[in-house]
Amino acid sequence: MSASVELQDVCADFGNFRAVDKVSLSIEAGEFFSFLGPSGCGKTTILRMVSGFVSPTAGTISIGGKDMRDQRPNQRPTALIFQNLALFPLMPVWENIAFGLEARGIDKKARRQRAEELLALVDLPDAGDKAISQLSGGQKQRVAIARALAVEPSVMLLDEPLSALDLKLRQHMRAELRAIQKRTNVTFIYITHDQGEALAMSDRVAVMSHGKLQQVARPREIYDNPANGFVAAFVGESNIFNGTLASRTHELGTFQTENGVFEGRLGPGIDDSAKLYVRPENVRLAGAATASNSIAVEVTDIAFEGNFISIRTVDGSGRIIVSEARNDGAGLVPDPGAKLYATFDAAKAFILADEFTAKPVVAA
Amino acid sequence: MNDLVNRYGKTLTMTICVLTTFWLLMLVIAPNLYLFENSFRLYLPVRDVGGPKDVYTLKNYLTFLQSPIHITVFALTVMYSSIVTVICFAMAYPLAYYLAKKASPKHLPAIFLLLTVPLWVSEIMRSFAWFIILSLKGPLNYLLISGDIIEKPIRWMTGFRSVIIGLVYTYVLFMLFPIYNAVQSLDTNQIEAAEDLGAPWWRIHWRVILPHAKPGIASGSVMVFMLSAGSILVPTLLASTNSRWFTEIIQQWMFESLDWNTGSAYAFLLLILCTVFVTIVLRVFGVKLSDIAN
Repeated sequence: MSASVELQDVCADFGNFRAVDKVSLSIEAGEFFSFLGPSGCGKTTILRMVSGFVSPTAGTISIGGKDMRDQRPNQRPTALIFQNLALFPLMPVWENIAFGLEARGIDKKARRQRAEELLALVDLPDAGDKAISQLSGGQKQRVAIARALAVEPSVMLLDEPLSALDLKLRQHMRAELRAIQKRTNVTFIYITHDQGEALAMSDRVAVMSHGKLQQVARPREIYDNPANGFVAAFVGESNIFNGTLASRTHELGTFQTENGVFEGRLGPGIDDSAKLYVRPENVRLAGAATASNSIAVEVTDIAFEGNFISIRTVDGSGRIIVSEARNDGAGLVPDPGAKLYATFDAAKAFILADEFTAKPVVAA
Repeated sequence: MNDLVNRYGKTLTMTICVLTTFWLLMLVIAPNLYLFENSFRLYLPVRDVGGPKDVYTLKNYLTFLQSPIHITVFALTVMYSSIVTVICFAMAYPLAYYLAKKASPKHLPAIFLLLTVPLWVSEIMRSFAWFIILSLKGPLNYLLISGDIIEKPIRWMTGFRSVIIGLVYTYVLFMLFPIYNAVQSLDTNQIEAAEDLGAPWWRIHWRVILPHAKPGIASGSVMVFMLSAGSILVPTLLASTNSRWFTEIIQQWMFESLDWNTGSAYAFLLLILCTVFVTIVLRVFGVKLSDIAN
């Protein structure tokens, strides 16, 4: 039932503003695929183009190998879950769910039966006759999912549907969505600005900025091997060092900064904009300096975050370096004022170009 | 009340309250009560007023029930007011939907200005304008003939045709604005969601937009119907020999027979019977009065 989605050099212009710039990628049938990026990066426009509410200015979109040009939203095998859900408040729950079937001319008894099946699927039995206003936020979420599933779409499009929920419910719904996707095996395209959601649920993630794809990869790859500075800075935290590339040997480079010379792995397309990125959890604090990648620092601040402890330090030049330690009782937590060395592995530091503005990088 | 006093001071608050009370009591309630009281009294020569013959009676109301012509005129008034209401709805709904959901916000002020400019001209002038437009050798027939749409001029002012045209023109905006407000308050995502789920345009209107706009349609319809049924100017100016409006009968009682008592009884009958009619229609369409108030 699921279908692949293919974008070929897709552009979207609003007046002089280019919201989506030459995006090409293919989403496999049955995949849980996320677009991740800050607001205004063009991810919602992509979703609206796939669903048919916006026409691409250039490029083609095909679903299941079929070109979607000139197909109205009501002719496409997609179902969209809106950010505000857009449930019909004047219809009871079951009529909401069965609306797509009603539009297909299925008789009332069969509609009702299908609605009940879907309510069971989303774990809301006996809610069929309730009014939308009687439901809680999480229940409305489920009704919206059931309503979209009712039309048996090949591709399900989700526009930040969890953003209105509180933290606990959001985490619960994440698992729920993922389970529903696995059960139904429908292709899910998920839009979010929340990296946690994207990384936790997706098979693959596309990171976007300024209408361009920055990286398309599995969540692990995105986090562990960011393709450029934008991805490294947007997904997760990073200590960022300005400087210049002094020398390079194969994958490693030597980076000259104000705070010293560091070694790190080279990303693709290094230019003058390159910076060095080190994740806080890869910064260790030790009593003695190491042979390389070591900075003398003084601890200034300890922030207890529950599952981890964030340690802010400052070096001689006043630069702040953040280190994170797991709160597993194994490591010693230094006191503020302690003089230590911040060190990191060359393999865990990245020398990366800024965001891609010309040519997007697509990795499998 | 304390809030008002704090904000505007004692003098201003008192002035406003007294003026409002005066307007309500003396200019709205008192005249109506006076007419209501009079509708139960007989039309008597001045010397008998206050005498033994001056008693409360239902005779004025019974006059209506005993006169088949007046009942027919009332029924026709209700029927043609309903037709006016339906035509107004058919014209206003598509326009309201277009203005609320399709027109670019940039153009809205200009469109609304164009819609309301005719209201700046007094109703009597506009009705006279229609009188001229619709006359046998008037501009409308001239245009239709020179455009080869018709061969012989049409006699527009016969039957209730011209009255309907005039009433629709006068009151269509009272239908447009409530529906516009109602449609505008609908979340556009719901229209898109319905389309995304595969519904064709007419089903989107039938199942999503119309139900949402129902309170607006109801309040617009009540206004247009009541204003039409109570209109005197348009039916008088644009009437033909065979179109009589109920308000004209009231006017006859009051200003030709000088029988204010029967005239008031007829006026209250119009109000009461139209209210009953509207209540029944609202009940049939499942609209609650509280929905309209919203």
